[in-house]
Amino acid sequence: MIPELGQFILMLALAVALVQGIVPMVGAQRGRADWMALARPAAWLQFTLVLLAYFCLTASFVRHDFSVLYVASNSNSALPLPYRVAAVWGGHEGSLLLWVLMLSVWTVAVARYSRSLPLVFVARILAVLGLVSVGFLLFMLVTSNPFDRLIPAAVDGRDLNPLLQDPGMVIHPPMLYMGYVGFSVAYAFAIAALIGGNLDATWARWTRPWTSAAWIFLTFGIGLGSWWAYNELGWGGWWFWDPVENASFMPWLVGTALIHSLAVTEKRGGFKVWTVLLAIMAFSLSLLGTFLVRSGVLSSVHSFATDPRRGLFILAFLVIVIGASLILYAWRAPRVGLGQRFGLFSKESMLLVNNMLLVTACGGVLLGTLYPLFLDAMGMGKISVGPPYFDTVFVLMMAPLLLLMGVGPLMRWKQDDAGSLARRLRWALVFAIVAALLSGWLMGRISPATTGGLFLAWWIVAAISVDLIERLKPKPGMGGSIVGRARLLPRAMVGMMVAHLGVAVFAFGVAMVKTYETERDVKMGPDASTDIAGFHFRMLSLKDVQGPNYAAAQAEIEVSRDGKVIALLAPEKRIYRVQNNPMTEAAVDSSLLRDLYISMGEQLPTGEWIVRVQHKPFIAMVWGGCLVMMLGGLLAASDRRYRARQTRSAAIGGATAGRAA
Amino acid sequence: MRRFLLPLVLFLVLAGFLAVGLSLDPREVPSPLVGKPAPAFQAAALARPDATIKRDDLLGKVWLLNVWASWCGACRDEHPVLVAYARKGGGVPVYGLNYKDKREDGLGWLQKFGNPYTESLFDPEGRIGIDYGVYGVPETFVIDKAGVIRYKHIGPLTPEVMRDKLEPLLRKLNA
Repeated sequence: MIPELGQFILMLALAVALVQGIVPMVGAQRGRADWMALARPAAWLQFTLVLLAYFCLTASFVRHDFSVLYVASNSNSALPLPYRVAAVWGGHEGSLLLWVLMLSVWTVAVARYSRSLPLVFVARILAVLGLVSVGFLLFMLVTSNPFDRLIPAAVDGRDLNPLLQDPGMVIHPPMLYMGYVGFSVAYAFAIAALIGGNLDATWARWTRPWTSAAWIFLTFGIGLGSWWAYNELGWGGWWFWDPVENASFMPWLVGTALIHSLAVTEKRGGFKVWTVLLAIMAFSLSLLGTFLVRSGVLSSVHSFATDPRRGLFILAFLVIVIGASLILYAWRAPRVGLGQRFGLFSKESMLLVNNMLLVTACGGVLLGTLYPLFLDAMGMGKISVGPPYFDTVFVLMMAPLLLLMGVGPLMRWKQDDAGSLARRLRWALVFAIVAALLSGWLMGRISPATTGGLFLAWWIVAAISVDLIERLKPKPGMGGSIVGRARLLPRAMVGMMVAHLGVAVFAFGVAMVKTYETERDVKMGPDASTDIAGFHFRMLSLKDVQGPNYAAAQAEIEVSRDGKVIALLAPEKRIYRVQNNPMTEAAVDSSLLRDLYISMGEQLPTGEWIVRVQHKPFIAMVWGGCLVMMLGGLLAASDRRYRARQTRSAAIGGATAGRAA
Repeated sequence: MRRFLLPLVLFLVLAGFLAVGLSLDPREVPSPLVGKPAPAFQAAALARPDATIKRDDLLGKVWLLNVWASWCGACRDEHPVLVAYARKGGGVPVYGLNYKDKREDGLGWLQKFGNPYTESLFDPEGRIGIDYGVYGVPETFVIDKAGVIRYKHIGPLTPEVMRDKLEPLLRKLNA
């Protein structure tokens, strides 16, 4: 009964989404306030319905209803409760339901926090979001219904993919989807502004916090995914340039460009056309990512079940949504005026270069991801593009970006003077070079490539410090203590500094771990031991353990340094009973300075195991950097300015809207 | 106006490729060996350790080379298809390549599930497999009278694959 109810609710949600997508939009064109006013209640109703449908599917999982095909394919009676709840998004159909749920969460958030925006604008935004929702609900109901029955019911389920049975996986997809889907808000703002012709600084200011919010979730989601892969895949790698990873990384790159471009649009009225295009691109890439993952056009370690009908549907949807947006763009953009002029050596120029580099990097990733497909489509054979390509392209784009990251924030708008800037930054440069060489020397080996990476990391830190010191210096007419002056710094500014610092932390971690990591594969039985990077590993015991739905061989390994025991690690090799899949459960001793990573490989006929022991200096900083970036985003998005000014400008916006109506 | 249309044009080109991509299977990898002479081999027969079989012994007839192993689950799925093909008669000889297996395991497996093979080559270290570019078991090669590989099927044979792909090709090669 519950599945039928769920399906019925989904159909209702589709009907409501249609109303939400059409009526307010038409109302906005005709100036009918009553039609426009329908947008908010429709958004809330749709959210309620999707949430109910989501609960229905969750209930089927919790109650082990194996007469539902999706539940039978992704759960098992031995699966623990938290994983049964998380299994809702363990497969294709449920992932889509989660996607739609996230979309409606963002939609009601916009409905709730847009009281100060003119009604015409809100009506258009919510209508665009409603139309996107129509597409996804249709997709679900037509090709991938999570509530399809399995008659006769299965005796037991095929279990959740063991890879996904990990706490990190419980929160990774929702965070990632929140980010993906979050760009739909920036997109809806852009489309609404293109239709309404109010592409201006106010529009940029309204868009900024929403974009930052989506970006924060996406950053967290990607970081978490990487951390999960590191802990769960058992190879000790943290980024594989896998098509599915790329699919989430491309919107991130463009989203980052969008955040910077929005700053110029808000502050200087420039880059308007470009900003709007970036907003469309960020969401288009999210949709493209969904297509790549869900249609199976690219093979990937994530390999989900593929069905050509699904691929065709999303492609058609993609063409309609993105195609229509780009036609609207081509039609409206020529009439948007240019912003104020700026000199070659100015903050605007720097941000333009930043945007070019980020978008080019994204283009490089897109090309690498789709290149095998291009060749195959033209009958030129099968190839695969791997990390060597991506690493090269990416470093090529990121090195200048990081270099500019130090300079850009210190520059003035419109026109700056190279000589004075060089004077302001000369000590930062000296510091960065010395610090880079010193950190390499402390690690025992100085290599040119690593020194470059470390230099960039220290350079950003030094430049941020210079910026901060200059801003905290007493200025004429501004007295008070240093703390008082620090309090006066706008939170958006502090957020930017923190986010950039996060990039520095990340770059430092990557440079360190890429150069100085060491690993060793050893044959180990009880009492065997090995040494790596000054750490001594001794296997104490080897035993069989039974989990709820798996059996495992577990080794107990003692790690010591200079005779002092530091950690007791217990890596496992699990066999999940239902799918009969072996899983490597690595054991990691983590600290800020280094990770010790142990994973079990194959068992030898003698009963011993091949054990891989790895020492990874500073790898925690890779994810730490992501967290710091995220914190920066949080600070920036919560700047009081958005709320305060929003109310003020709303009065003006409301007045113009009133006149338009 | 024209430069503002550029994103749309780029996107449509991309969508075109994606549309073509939908009809392709990324997991289907063509063998570079198709159209080339089958690599030479000289191996002991699985059932007769003293007898050796060479590639050149098989020149002049069309034959199938089916890579299998007793440890391979998918082989068990495809096995009835081969057994049915052999039992039907009138087909080409099927040679097995017993890949990275133990002799007694392989023989036991054939006893249990039936033996459709004229003969199986014994390749315990997988050397012949390397020459033939085997990367997953089962795989099946079609080799013509001149000893040239004409087709390679990756994964288990199904009645559909036999009917639609292999049998028409074999008929053509034998004509």
